Amino acid sequence: MKQIETYEGRTVSVAELFLGFVKVGLLGFGGVAPWARYIVVEERKWLTEREFAEVLGVGQILPGPNTMNAAVMIGDRFQGRLGAFVCIAGQMAMPLVIMVTLASLYAEFSANAHVNAALIGAAAGAAGLVFGTGIKMVQKLRPKGMALIFGVLAFAAAAIFGISVVYVVGVLAPLSIAAAAWERRS
Amino acid sequence: MNWPLLVDIASVFVGLSVVSIGGANAVLPDIRRQVVDAHGWMDNGTFANLFAISNAAPGPNVIMVSLIGWHLAGLSGLIVATLAILVPSSLIAFWVGRMVERWSDNHWVSVAKQGLVPIAVGLILASGVTMMKAADHNALLVAISLSAAAFMAFSGRNPLWGLAVGTIVNILAVQLGLVA
Repeated sequence: MKQIETYEGRTVSVAELFLGFVKVGLLGFGGVAPWARYIVVEERKWLTEREFAEVLGVGQILPGPNTMNAAVMIGDRFQGRLGAFVCIAGQMAMPLVIMVTLASLYAEFSANAHVNAALIGAAAGAAGLVFGTGIKMVQKLRPKGMALIFGVLAFAAAAIFGISVVYVVGVLAPLSIAAAAWERRS
Repeated sequence: MNWPLLVDIASVFVGLSVVSIGGANAVLPDIRRQVVDAHGWMDNGTFANLFAISNAAPGPNVIMVSLIGWHLAGLSGLIVATLAILVPSSLIAFWVGRMVERWSDNHWVSVAKQGLVPIAVGLILASGVTMMKAADHNALLVAISLSAAAFMAFSGRNPLWGLAVGTIVNILAVQLGLVA
């Protein structure tokens, strides 16, 4: 089964990787996955929707944040070890500076009504961006058959039944892979 | 420099790094157990404050761990905690990524990647719903979340607009006394 579109021979420089992931970190409010996908797939076209979903899928079953694991693999793919390093460093740099600054101002900002209203509104928006990213991936990937079934199962297990990601991944990932193999038989 | 403390910080977070499937949020209860119950480095109130501060900053959720290091031992604590939580899992990702790349023509590697895609997409949708449940305390916030989701899914424009509009609408609503 051949992919519909890939960016064969696409090159991305170390500086581009670094700056791209600085942007992911800086804008990744409440969750970096929407921004990682938007910048890597839509804005800069480094990976196709399917390639990104595959990298994220592999990153999901490994320990560590799935987007951080994806950043390591994306960086390595284009620029080897250095690429992997700059993708992590880029993603962490600005958030760490901002967070330490916020920590020293916490006593003041936590009591400010405007700041609280802003944070609450932004958290609601960020949650929506994460959900919307999932919808967009479904639209683009158009899962059918077993992929659809296992996507729904993973969603229901985590969102409706509140089952921990570790168990969702531990049980459903092997079954989903087995189902994919069964679908591809012959 | 308090070397014994730094060594303790490093060992706690290296241990969590290699089991943290699902990222920082998935191991948050274990992080709390380690830093509050097992080591007595802070009380639950301080832990909750650090969590709130790390959520107010942009970036991956794992920066919460960096902030714990900062709180315990300043800049050296931040560096040690950050490296301890990130390096082990990143090395595993690097190594597995190379294997996947090397065997990309292999039937089973391609089947595995195909099988993992729906899990990743299902979990992104689930994490959106979980975040909405936590964030949306009133009808206005639900509307902000759903509008941002629709904007992200259907507009193809920069997601920042979705975030900015939600933030401004909520500030105005609170200002005008429309919501508590």
